[in-house]
Amino acid sequence: METFFFTIVAAVAVLASLLVITCKNPINSALSLILTFFCLATLYVMLDAPFMAAIQVIVYAGAIMVLIVFVIMLLNLRSEAGKRSSHTVLFGSLIGVFTLFQLFYLLNRSALTGAKGGVDSDLIHRIGHTEIIGKALYTDFLLPFEVTSILLLVAIIGAVILTKRKI
Amino acid sequence: MVPLHSYLILSAILFSIGTIGVLTRRNAIVIFMCVEMMLNAVNLTFIALSRHLGSIDGQIFVFFVMTVAAAEAAVGLALMIAFYKNRESIDVEDIKLMRL
Repeated sequence: METFFFTIVAAVAVLASLLVITCKNPINSALSLILTFFCLATLYVMLDAPFMAAIQVIVYAGAIMVLIVFVIMLLNLRSEAGKRSSHTVLFGSLIGVFTLFQLFYLLNRSALTGAKGGVDSDLIHRIGHTEIIGKALYTDFLLPFEVTSILLLVAIIGAVILTKRKI
Repeated sequence: MVPLHSYLILSAILFSIGTIGVLTRRNAIVIFMCVEMMLNAVNLTFIALSRHLGSIDGQIFVFFVMTVAAAEAAVGLALMIAFYKNRESIDVEDIKLMRL
């Protein structure tokens, strides 16, 4: 049952991501990308990571994609005019397929025998995923977490300065 | 129980589709969205391996990737708006000031 569900969700994700790169109109690409993000959120729930699924929906499908759709509508973009050069499509697809083969090769030759940690599905159901994440984030990863806030501050200032006509 | 390899293969497919999109499209916003898709493919790998190895560190990493993606979205879209003000277009083939 779970495998069947996984197959359906994975197929929808791949189809939606194919739509992202084939649609002429950027708005259609953006909507397909939102569908891909929702499929990935579903997979995160299946992987015992409900907090990550919530963040995926809120931050990616909620914040980032709304920003992108807003910019597409603000700039009033039409579909791509003119022809695409066939060389670009040919070489781009070749490099993409080459990347795919390379990744499959890596997957097939490596055996995953890492040390097993203590966080399993049972623990996550007993304590709660958010609590485990929060504990790790505020103890082991406190410094990166604080540096992240500086990164966000820099991004805010950068975005304002770039779009302002005169400072 | 879905095996780990299924997740990794799905992630590889999504990453390759994102690569093809970045290399073939000319609209800067669509290229940007394809980069987001590649980031998401890597996030899926992180979370799948995090469950397989029984460790929470991979999910913390995904948290940081999402933060960087949000910052990147803000600055990248601001750059595109600034470019659109100058050229009335966001076609990447119009960005050729430094071409010989």
